[in-house]
Amino acid sequence: MSAALLSEPADLADAPAIELRGVTVRFMSPQREVVALEDISFTVQPGSFLTLLGPSGCGKSTLLRAVADIIAPSNGSVRVLGHAPADARRRRDIGFVFQDSTLLAWRSAIDNVRLPLQVGGGARSTVRRSPEDLLALVGLSGWEHAMPHELSGGMRQRVAIARALLGDPRILLMDEPFGALDEITRDRLNDELLHVWRETGTTILFVTHSIHEAAYLGQQVLMLSSHPGRVREIVPIDLPEPRHLSIRDTAEFGALAGRLRAILETC
Amino acid sequence: MAQELGLTAAVAATPPRAIEADPARANWLAAQAWARWQRRLLPLLGAAALLFVWWALVAVFDVKPYVAPSPEVVALTMAQKSNVLLANLWPTMIEAISGFALGNLIAIAIAILFVHRKWVEMAFFPIVVLINSIPVVAKAPILVLLLGNGMAPKIAIAAIICFFPTLVNMVRGLEAISPQAMELMHVLSARKWEIFLRLRLPTSIPYLFSALKIAASTSVVGAIVGEWIGSQVGIGALIIQATYNFDSALLYATVITGSAFSVLFFLAIRTLERLCVRWVPHPA
Repeated sequence: MSAALLSEPADLADAPAIELRGVTVRFMSPQREVVALEDISFTVQPGSFLTLLGPSGCGKSTLLRAVADIIAPSNGSVRVLGHAPADARRRRDIGFVFQDSTLLAWRSAIDNVRLPLQVGGGARSTVRRSPEDLLALVGLSGWEHAMPHELSGGMRQRVAIARALLGDPRILLMDEPFGALDEITRDRLNDELLHVWRETGTTILFVTHSIHEAAYLGQQVLMLSSHPGRVREIVPIDLPEPRHLSIRDTAEFGALAGRLRAILETC
Repeated sequence: MAQELGLTAAVAATPPRAIEADPARANWLAAQAWARWQRRLLPLLGAAALLFVWWALVAVFDVKPYVAPSPEVVALTMAQKSNVLLANLWPTMIEAISGFALGNLIAIAIAILFVHRKWVEMAFFPIVVLINSIPVVAKAPILVLLLGNGMAPKIAIAAIICFFPTLVNMVRGLEAISPQAMELMHVLSARKWEIFLRLRLPTSIPYLFSALKIAASTSVVGAIVGEWIGSQVGIGALIIQATYNFDSALLYATVITGSAFSVLFFLAIRTLERLCVRWVPHPA
């Protein structure tokens, strides 16, 4: 049993996209030790869409950063496609979208999308989708040469998504990417993200503090409680696919959102 | 098809007529045009008024030429002695521009070192602040003793005066990157030099230019102060000569020549900034 766990899986294609076992993350704040995440274990299957929902300060962003090899867990193990996160990062298996679009202000939209080709040894191999294709995929054809300050907040976030998708990463990590946007733009981008997910078949781990966003996007919602961050519950979202915004008006969706809200109140 | 064309023509024809017939809009346009002219004319009128006050004061109080010249005498001197003025501007220009280049290049290099080796900054930044706190006029004689009477001490003073603002601004600019941008570079497995080239350096450029615009003016100040101490040529030397000879007209003409160069140098750097930094909106 333990030997099987320690050895590398023979066929990595069969490995879960993301696997966390007993992950604990501690920080030293000036006054005391803070436990951001405690004993987190869960598995994400390839091609699935998991949303992370929890009150602010529950360690959702920390969890995403542990998967992306931005921070190292104090205890436990993180595996990405059967590998250590650092290996996955170097193989360009991970795309990351931040809350702030983090575009380079001196580069046009298309040059921002090209950034992954120009640093860290470039893309893994020949990219299946060109920067132009990716901008078209996020609905920005014709805006290739616009500068970031000429784009709206929603458009900047689309460019950031296109950039994260360059090199066809098998995992897309999104840290409240639409949190700073107005509701109308957010709804539209939710739909476009589902479209991108279906088109690319990538695995998505999506952090949000919006109940509706979590339920609408995810096939499953992983709910975290705070202080310390622990897995409270994993709620399957059994809504028909492909989803459209009108689904939010159904009684079924309302009941699901109500259930998530009830769990959130005990977090 | 014909119907369509007719419709387009009708639509296109209506709005201009409506605008012409709109007196409120015509008034608004006239007011806008007047405001534009005001913006151009008023500064010129202000300058002309000041020149007139200057001229009137000299004439009414019968100010002697060795105390202060009247503006028309200054203008005449500038025309008559233009060869003397230009011959003395030349060395000052060379000193100011060389000092500007030297001081800023060293400042940029040290800023890059400070950002990448924190302990160097911790060890040497307090000393840099201390040296900067010595007034230029006090530093100048020390440098003249060290470097002699040629152009070298003037270039050194101009360089020292440019150095500090550029160092401080460049360090700030190189560090003005968001934590998320650093995380992005980490996720992309960017190497240190790639982060420097693709992220830190472009981020610092607007900060650098605000320092260079200050340095453009102060480098001329540095060169002139250097020429006050032991120099036969240059704007600074000419200022001292004219003052001791009570030649107020030449003194004023020299000051105007030096200032004109200072302003042109500043404008050149600002033009370069607008060419290089296109992603930050500039004030008009």
